[in-house]
Amino acid sequence: MTETIASNAATQVYRVYIKAAPQAIWDAITQPEWNSRFGYGGRGVFELRPGGAYRGYTSDEMKEAGRKGGFPVPEVAIEGEVIEAAPPKRLVLTWHMAMDANTAADAVTRLTYEIEPTSGGVTRLTIIHDLTGAPAAADILAGKYEREGAGGGWSWVLSDLKSLLETGAGFMG
Amino acid sequence: MIDDDRIFKALADETRRYLLDLLFKRDGRTLSELESKLAMTRFGVMKHLRILEEANLVVTRRTGRKKLHYLNPVPIEQIHDRWIAKYRGRDVSMLIDLKRSLEEEQS
Repeated sequence: MTETIASNAATQVYRVYIKAAPQAIWDAITQPEWNSRFGYGGRGVFELRPGGAYRGYTSDEMKEAGRKGGFPVPEVAIEGEVIEAAPPKRLVLTWHMAMDANTAADAVTRLTYEIEPTSGGVTRLTIIHDLTGAPAAADILAGKYEREGAGGGWSWVLSDLKSLLETGAGFMG
Repeated sequence: MIDDDRIFKALADETRRYLLDLLFKRDGRTLSELESKLAMTRFGVMKHLRILEEANLVVTRRTGRKKLHYLNPVPIEQIHDRWIAKYRGRDVSMLIDLKRSLEEEQS
């Protein structure tokens, strides 16, 4: 199928500058001891090779919210497969939110992290999330349901990561 | 690092705010698409987009032969957190205090 649509309305792009080394950012994204300390807080486990598995697990807070609210919260929040892992510069994976009935019906999406050094010890982190065919996930990741407790999406996750790496404490404390 | 000044200066222009609105409505647009929405030279639009990019409000990416412009929500969220959210919080707590003191008065 050929398309001549000039824009790519389904891709979300986020960029944040963090005063930390590229390796520190790579580790914060890919190591569960780090990635459980910012954003949604569940542990993220990567097999960092093409074809390797990615699993984002639900956090204790999410499970507690489920118990209180009377809805099921599974062990795995996000399922994916690593496409490319080039530490500390580039990470590409497929990404699918299995835990929510609406997002489970979405297409599998493609997520890219680009980590680039700039001057003065500042590193530029860009997230490109191609959410074609995934409107439910697109809304959540754009922070649409923040007031309902669904988190602030990618902006919020990146702001938290920045706080954590620059001050030693994220939003969770 | 991008400071608040650069972000506020980028936002302090009607055309640049309009460009952000266009991207908010439909993200990932080419220069030609954006230019077609404005009564301005291509060069003028490029200049505004460059200021937005320098403030990290717009991010560009090449896909194939096209260069697409994306709205980056992160600096707006950071300004919101720093300058807006804290005031909203204060209003809410003031109203809660008022409610409490009025209800105590009644009992």
